[in-house]
Amino acid sequence: MNGSPLDFDRVTIAEVSRHFGRRRALAKVSVTLEAGQITGLLGPNGAGKSTLLSILATLAMPSTGEVRYGTVTAREGGPAVRERLGVLAHELHLYPELTARENLLFFGRLYDLADVESRTGEALARAGLTERANDFVSGFSRGMRQRLALERALLHRPRLLLLDEPFTGLDDASARSLVERLAGLRGEGAIVLVTTHDLDLVDGLLDQAIILKDGRVADVQRPVHDLRDHYRRLVGRGGLA
Amino acid sequence: MSDSGSLGRFFHVAWLIMRKDVTVEMRSREILYTTAFFALSCVLVFAFSFVREGRAIEDAASGILWIAIAFSGTLALGRTFERERTNETLHALLMAPADRPAVYLGKLLGVVALMAVVEAVLVPLVGLLFQAPIGTHPMYLAMLLATGTIGFAAVGTLFAAMLIRARSRDVLLPVLLYPITIPVIIAGVRGTATLFSGGDATMARAWLGMLVFFDVVFITLALWTFEAVMTE
Amino acid sequence: MSRRLFVPAVLAAMVMFALAPVFIAWAPRETTMGVVQKIFYYHVPSAMMLFLSAFVCGIASAVFLFGRRAAADRVAVAAAELVVVFGVIVLVTGPLWARKAWGVWWQWEARLTSTLVLWMIFLAYLLLRRYGGPGSDRLSAGLALFGMANVPFVYLSVNWWRTLHPKTSVVPTLDPAMRGAFWWSVVAFLLLYVALLAARLRVEQQRSRLEAAYLALDE
Repeated sequence: MNGSPLDFDRVTIAEVSRHFGRRRALAKVSVTLEAGQITGLLGPNGAGKSTLLSILATLAMPSTGEVRYGTVTAREGGPAVRERLGVLAHELHLYPELTARENLLFFGRLYDLADVESRTGEALARAGLTERANDFVSGFSRGMRQRLALERALLHRPRLLLLDEPFTGLDDASARSLVERLAGLRGEGAIVLVTTHDLDLVDGLLDQAIILKDGRVADVQRPVHDLRDHYRRLVGRGGLA
Repeated sequence: MSDSGSLGRFFHVAWLIMRKDVTVEMRSREILYTTAFFALSCVLVFAFSFVREGRAIEDAASGILWIAIAFSGTLALGRTFERERTNETLHALLMAPADRPAVYLGKLLGVVALMAVVEAVLVPLVGLLFQAPIGTHPMYLAMLLATGTIGFAAVGTLFAAMLIRARSRDVLLPVLLYPITIPVIIAGVRGTATLFSGGDATMARAWLGMLVFFDVVFITLALWTFEAVMTE
Repeated sequence: MSRRLFVPAVLAAMVMFALAPVFIAWAPRETTMGVVQKIFYYHVPSAMMLFLSAFVCGIASAVFLFGRRAAADRVAVAAAELVVVFGVIVLVTGPLWARKAWGVWWQWEARLTSTLVLWMIFLAYLLLRRYGGPGSDRLSAGLALFGMANVPFVYLSVNWWRTLHPKTSVVPTLDPAMRGAFWWSVVAFLLLYVALLAARLRVEQQRSRLEAAYLALDE
């Protein structure tokens, strides 16, 4: 893949804490993410999921502890680590003033992809947006944007894929096809981390479930079974709104 | 670092980002029109203070010009980065496999291009309204505007980018930006005033030298600190 | 460190400030300015401390930004506040001088104007820290670095701007008989600066210790 100088098949999160003054977002979180596994990151709002995601996405640094992509940290690896990283954030990372095709082309070029035109075509087809390729993203529904944003995040075939609430705004059919897509990526050896409120959708999908509560790991379940009951017991409510 | 960190790639990424910004702006022209209109409003407001008996008081034209540039530039900076904030696209740019200062350079080029277009309207207008002789030293005037705009935008781009995750970013941008860019404003105003007063260009050359030096120092400093201030 | 520095610095500063008026009174009376000239013994040392503190803040901010040391950030914030404090002394005593020397409260004189600009940069620093929300420590470190790099540009530009107009000499060449009292004041202010910095640093240290205790309590 582009003769990438760096690849890894494991992400090690070791004793990661993050605090703002006396408010703590994460406390000594230690988890390992492996290639070919889908990990669910679960927990109520304010549990520290998004803080952990932005640390993994190299946008924030831990106050203490470290994250290693294979053997290197984000700081040591720099662009080489980011090249292997795909993120689908809640805010989607799309320019509404550009068309679907332009968004993909822009990011494809930013990632220095050799076959950017053909990859863009394939990605548009997978998102079911070939017909709308030259329409501005501002006119798209949430579901269409969500599908496009996923393809944008996967355009450079990242090793580590971080998905923040990827099922938001998707209809049942799209949600099921996303589940299939993630299963396929697992088969290709991707490291997938997904946060979601929809436990039923991911129940059969996850290889590992991390439940965060108040910034700490309440449990790591592996293999995953009876996720909903387990979650309710740990978090103390069924509130999966 | 890696081969993706080469100098050619660095400028290529900056170019891609600038071209993206220009494309987006050409479509909506929102920032361009609102900023240009705001610059004209500034000129009008200051005209009421500095015009006596139908004529502008001495050196008023250059002052009004640079105040309009600084104020409208602040507006353009704020809006440019608000655009990158709404869908957190700045995060997407920071996650790209390029050296992060390339993102800064790309945004800087976009802001400078935008301000240059506004100035292309503003300068003739100020010349017309205040009988300022903009044609006597056109090269020096253009160079003063270019170096001054680059200096202002160099500091402003870094500050607007880092304020993207701060509360009350709208008010904090001018609060941080104006004290730091005072040398640019003084050099711009005084340099332009010597050109407008019809004197020789010796003094303008001196101010120009200072602006070039300012640009070099602050662009270097911004490239150097960008990654550190952008990583939370 | 701050505690060991604080007590001797405070004691020495107290002694020196107690004796300073004596030396200042002994120094010869300046003919044109009269007794107002004595402001000089506090005005100039305060300005020196302001520039020293700006420099301390800039260096500490660079260390914090690139070395990620929390201790450096504590030094930076303490120094930034002292820039503002000594700036107030300079900006109050300056106009008092101006009133006597030129009959106006504010004269756009190069040094005084540069001080005003520098003072505003560090006031902006404090505003950013106060209202910037989480993470503003790193942002303000960036600002401090820019502020420090800006000092020569501000000074040069204000100086050039002013020399295009009639120049007024502000600080008369120092009478050798005044030097003793002047340097006495400088040392007194330096000790005061060190004492205040140490005290402020201690507050910050206690605060971060308290935060650590809160976090530990959570464990």
